[in-house]
Amino acid sequence: MNNKTRSPLIHVSKRGLLPWYKAWAIRGAALVLALVTCGLITSLVTRQNPIQVYAAIINGSFGSPRKIWVLLQNISMLLCISLAVTPAFRMRCWNLGAEGQALIGGLAAAACMILLPGKLPNWGIIACMCVASVLSGAIWAAIPAFFKAKWNTNETLFTLMMNYVATQLVAYYCVVWESPKGSGTIGVINPTTELGWFPQIGSYKYLLNILIVAAVCLAMYVYLNYSKHGYEITVVGESERTARYVGIKVDRVIIRTMLLSGAVCGLAGLLLVGSTNHTLTTTIVDGRGFTAVMVSWLAKFNPIWMILTSFLIVFLGRGSGEIATKFGLNRSFGDILTGLILFFIIGSEFFINYEIHFRKSGGKEG
Amino acid sequence: MDNKIPAVKMRNITKTFGPTVANDKVWLDIYRGEILALLGENGSGKTTLMNMLSGIYFPDEGAISIDGKDVVIRSPKDAFDLGIGMIHQHFKLVDVLTAAENIVLGLPGKLDLKAASEKIRTICEAYGFEVDPNQKIYDMSVSQKQTVEIVKVLYRGADILILDEPTAVLTPQETDKLFNVLRNMRNDNKAIVIITHKMHEVEALSDRVAILRHGQFIGDMPTAKTNAQEMTNMMVGHAVTLNIDRPDPVDPKPRIVVKNLTVRSIDGIVKLDDVSFTANSGEILGIAGISGCGQKELLEAIAGLQPVEKGSIEYIEDDGRAEQLLGKDPLTIQQMGVSLSFVPEDRLGMGLVANMDLSDNMMLRSFRRGHSVFTDRKTPRQLALDVVQELEVVTPGISTPVRRLSGGNVQKVLVGREIASAPTVLLTAYAVRGLDINSSYTIYDLINKQKKSGVAVVYVGEDLDVLLELADRILVLCGGKVSGIVPGRGANKRDVGMMMTKLGGNAHE
Amino acid sequence: MFDFISFIPRAVVQGIPLLLGSTGETLTEKSGNLNLGIPGIMYVGAISGVIGAFFYEQSPNFAPLPAILIPLGCCLLGSLLMGLLYCFLTVTLRANQNVTGLALTTFGVGFGNFFGGSLIKLSGSDLPSVILSATSNAFRTSLPIAEKAGVFGKLLLSYGFLAYIAVIIALTAAYILKHTRVGLHLRAVGENPNTADAAGINVSKYKYIATCTGSMIAGLGGLYYVMDYASGVWTNDAFGDRGWLAIALVIFTVWRPNVGVLASFLFGGLYILHMYIPSGMNLAVKELYKMAPYVVTIIVLVLSSMRNKRENQPPASLGLAYFREER
Repeated sequence: MNNKTRSPLIHVSKRGLLPWYKAWAIRGAALVLALVTCGLITSLVTRQNPIQVYAAIINGSFGSPRKIWVLLQNISMLLCISLAVTPAFRMRCWNLGAEGQALIGGLAAAACMILLPGKLPNWGIIACMCVASVLSGAIWAAIPAFFKAKWNTNETLFTLMMNYVATQLVAYYCVVWESPKGSGTIGVINPTTELGWFPQIGSYKYLLNILIVAAVCLAMYVYLNYSKHGYEITVVGESERTARYVGIKVDRVIIRTMLLSGAVCGLAGLLLVGSTNHTLTTTIVDGRGFTAVMVSWLAKFNPIWMILTSFLIVFLGRGSGEIATKFGLNRSFGDILTGLILFFIIGSEFFINYEIHFRKSGGKEG
Repeated sequence: MDNKIPAVKMRNITKTFGPTVANDKVWLDIYRGEILALLGENGSGKTTLMNMLSGIYFPDEGAISIDGKDVVIRSPKDAFDLGIGMIHQHFKLVDVLTAAENIVLGLPGKLDLKAASEKIRTICEAYGFEVDPNQKIYDMSVSQKQTVEIVKVLYRGADILILDEPTAVLTPQETDKLFNVLRNMRNDNKAIVIITHKMHEVEALSDRVAILRHGQFIGDMPTAKTNAQEMTNMMVGHAVTLNIDRPDPVDPKPRIVVKNLTVRSIDGIVKLDDVSFTANSGEILGIAGISGCGQKELLEAIAGLQPVEKGSIEYIEDDGRAEQLLGKDPLTIQQMGVSLSFVPEDRLGMGLVANMDLSDNMMLRSFRRGHSVFTDRKTPRQLALDVVQELEVVTPGISTPVRRLSGGNVQKVLVGREIASAPTVLLTAYAVRGLDINSSYTIYDLINKQKKSGVAVVYVGEDLDVLLELADRILVLCGGKVSGIVPGRGANKRDVGMMMTKLGGNAHE
Repeated sequence: MFDFISFIPRAVVQGIPLLLGSTGETLTEKSGNLNLGIPGIMYVGAISGVIGAFFYEQSPNFAPLPAILIPLGCCLLGSLLMGLLYCFLTVTLRANQNVTGLALTTFGVGFGNFFGGSLIKLSGSDLPSVILSATSNAFRTSLPIAEKAGVFGKLLLSYGFLAYIAVIIALTAAYILKHTRVGLHLRAVGENPNTADAAGINVSKYKYIATCTGSMIAGLGGLYYVMDYASGVWTNDAFGDRGWLAIALVIFTVWRPNVGVLASFLFGGLYILHMYIPSGMNLAVKELYKMAPYVVTIIVLVLSSMRNKRENQPPASLGLAYFREER
C-alpha cells in the first residue's frame, strides 16, 4: 500500500524568518482582502454599489478640511494611548487599563479647571493640570504594577477592573460638580472665562494635540529602542529570569514602566479634557484604551508603525460612520467592520509564521 | 535471528525542520526480545526518528511497517494502538494531576480511578516498581516521575518500548535498577529501544546497536561484536581520543569561601544544608550529584540569585581581603568590583534572551556601562563578531536571534560572553549538556584556558566520566549536603557514585 | 433594616448572567484559551435571541413553546459562530489570544448594537429599545406554587427556567471537570498540551469543543439578561460590563463552576447594593457604591496571588497557542 495516499492532507510547519517586506506584503494582502470583504458586506446591507461605499469611506475621512482635522485629532488621541500601553506590552505586561488611566488623568485635569480658578492665574491652572493629570494617570497604573511586582498578581484583570473603578469615580464627580444642577453632567467647564483651556495654535483647534503626540511618538521610539531603560524593558519582557540573572531589578522595572505607561495615558486624558472637549464625561476616552491594544499589537509594538495602524483604525471608524449617516445605518456598523478587518489581519500572522504543505499528488517513492 | 520478522521496519525515513534535515533516508529494524541501543551524538536525529515512530512527528518521506504490515502513524494514539510506547526525555506528565490520572490520560472509556490504581499496583508488583497512584506529580522526584512514565506505557499494553536517554537523570544505582527492569521486559519478548550516547550503557545493556550520524543511518551490529572505540568512530565519523586535558593548578589560592550555607526553597524544603567548601583560583572544582540535589541553588546563591537562610559566602581578593557576597544581588556584586561569571543550566531561559540577536545578547552584562541614558551598541557588536570568529560559532550573522542557533552554538555564545569580562570566578552548570562531541571539547578547552589564567572555576556536571577527567577536586552533593570532597586525580567512579546516593559514601558492600 | 427578602432574589437574577458567562469562560480557560471575547459573545448571544424573538412575535399564531425555543436556538447558534471564529483564529491559526479576544468583543458589541439599532428602527418605537414582552413572559414563567410558598417560594422558586438551567449547567460542568475522563483530558490540555497530545488526546478538538461550548453557555447569559432580567427590553449598551465581570468571576472562583453559583449571586448582590443602601438625597454616593463588585474582584485577585497555592493557579498553558512540531 502506498504510504503517501494516507498521509495527512494538509501539513503545517514553522517557517524560518521571513524578510520584513514579505511579511508586510502578507499583511497588506490581508488588509486588501478585508477591505474587499467589508465593501461587499456594506454593499449587500445598503444595496449601494461598492465604489460608492468606498467613496463614502474616503469621504468620511478626507471629505473636507474639517474632516481631515477631526481625522488627525482622532489619530493623535488613539496614537497617544497606544504609545502609552506599548512599553508595558513590550514588557509582556498586559495593561488593559489605559481606559481608566486616561479617564483619571482627565478627572484630575477637570478638577483643576473647576477648583482652581480664582486661586491661581490661568498659566498656573494649566501647569497644575499638566502635573495633576500625568501624576494621577501614573499612580492609577502603578497600583496594579505594585501588586504584579510584589505578588505577580494578574495584571490583565486588575487593570481591567481599575477601568470600572475609574469610571465610577468619574461618575461620582460628574454628580458632585454637575452643572446645571440636576443634569448629572458637568457640561463645558469655564465656558466664558476659558480658564484652563489649552491655547490654540493659530486657528487650528487640534494642532497642539497633534504636535504633542507626534513628539511623544518620537520620544517613545527613541526611549524603547535606544535607551538603557528600553533595553531593560525588552529583557524583562522576554525572560524575567534572564533579567534577574544579569542584575536587573525586575519589580522596579515593572513599576517604572507602568508608571510611564500610566503617565502617558494621563497625558491623553489631559489633552482630551484640557484641549479638546473642555468637559468630562464617563465615556470621554471612548473605548480607545481597548482599541489601543490592537493598534499597538498590529504595529508589532513599534511606535512608528503605530502611526499607520492607528490611522487605519480611525480611518475605518470615520469612514463607516460616514456610511452610517449617508445610508441611514447604525453607527455601530463601524465596529463590525473594524472587527472584521482585525480578524483578517490577526489571521494573516499565521501565514507569516507558518508554512502550509499540501499533500503532493501521486506517489513517487518506492 | 536474521530470519525473524522485525517488530518495526523503518525505510527511507526523511524529516526536515525548515532548512535542517533531521533524518535523511534512515533505515532501521527493531526486533522483539531484544534491546536495541540507538546511538548517536546529540543532534544526530535519534529522538526525531523515534518521535516519528511514536506519532509526535510525521515523516516527510518513507515507510514504516509493524510486524510486516505497512502502517501510517499519524498521531500518538495511532502509535498506542500499534503497541508503541515512548518514554520521553522531558517527561510528558501533567504536574497538577496524580500518578493514576496521568497514567490513564488519553484512554477511552469511563473514568474509574480505583480500578486504574489496582491495575497500576499489579504492574508495579510484576516488575518491581514503586508508585503511589494518588501522589501528585509535582511532589515527585525525577526517578519517580520516570517510573510513572514507564508504568504509563505498560498500562497501555505497549510491547514496543522506546526510552529516550532514560539514565540522564538517574544515579548509578537507579540506573542499575532500571536496567534490570528492562532486561525483565526483554525476557517478556518485548522490543526495547534505548536512545543514548553513553558507550558504557550500550555495552552493559544492549543486544544490538544502531548508529546515526548527522541524521543518516551509519550501520547496526550485535553489541557483542563491536567495542567502544569502533562505535565512537562510527558516531563521530573519525577517530577521536576520549582524553580531556587536565593541567596542574598553578599557585591555587582561596577565592570563594562558603561556610555553613543553608538554603530553603519557597515551599520550605531544605535545598542546601550546612554546605561549606573553598574554591581556589587556578583550579576546577567539580560538583557531582544527582540532579536536583542543590547544585542549582549552590551556584545561584554564589551568583546572588538565591535567598539564603544562613551561612556565609566570602570572596577573597588578591590581597587577602574578604568580601561578603551574601545578601547582595548580581548588580551589587558587579558594582563591588567582583568579576563573577555564571553559565547557567538554562541557556535560553536564563543566560540568554532567545529572541534577541547575538549582538543584543552580548549587551546583557555590560549595557549599564557609562553614564549616558542610551545604550552603547558598538562595543557589543564588536564583541559578538569576535566571539563568532574565535569560537567558530555557526550563524548566518550577528543579527540572528540566538534561538535559531543550534545548542552547541548557543552555548558558545553564552560562554564567550561570560569569559569576555575577564572573570576571576567562573560558575558553570551542565556546560556541555546537549552538545556534540566537538563542541564539548571546545567548551572544555575554554574552561581549562580560564583555569590556567588563574580563574576559580566551579563546574557542575552530570557525566561522571567527564568530571573525573576534568576537575582538580570534586565536591559531591547528596540531598543538599556535602557528601565529601575528593581529589579529581585518582578518584574512582564507583566511589563517587556511592557518595552521590549516600552521605560519606561508605557503601554497604 | 436591610430588606433581604427583596434583595436576594434580585441579586440572584443579577447573578445568573454572570454565572453563565463565568461557567462558559471557565470551560474555555480550562482548555488553555483565555477568551477575552466573552463580553462580545454574550452580546451576540443576546441579540441573536432578540432577533429570533422579534420576528417570531410578528407571526400571527404565537405559542409559548416556540417562543422559547426559537430565541434559544438563535442565541446558541450566534454564540457558537463566535466561538468557532475565536477557535479558528487562535487554535487553527494560532493567533494571539488577547488581541483576538478584544477584537471579538469589539465586533460582538458592534454587532449587537447594529442589529439592536436596526430592530429599533424597524419596530418604529419612540423609545430607543426593542420590547419583546410576550417572549419575555414565556421565559419568565415560574412555577405557579412560587407565589403561594411565601418567603421560601420567593427566594427559591420565583425565577424563570433559564436560572435553574444556569445552576444545573454550572454544577454539571464542575462534575465533568472533576470526575469524568473528558474533564481529565480537558484539564490536561489546558495544563500541558504537549503531554496531552503525546497521550493521544486531540488537543485542537478539545480546545474547539470546550471553547465553543463555553461560548454557547456564555451566550445564554446574554439571552437570560434580555429575556428575563430586562423583561424582554433590548437597549443598546444596556448589557454593559457584565461580560468582564464574568471573566473576573472565573478568577474569583479559582476555576470552579460550582463555587461560581454562590459567587455569582454575591457579585449580583454587590452589583445592586447601591440601590439598597440608604444614602438619602446624595445621588453621587450611589455611584461610589457601584464600584463594589470591581473592588471586591481586585481584592480577591490580590489575595489569591498572595497565597500562592498550586491548585489555585490558572491552567499552566493559559493564553498560549499550541503547535506540536515546535522546536
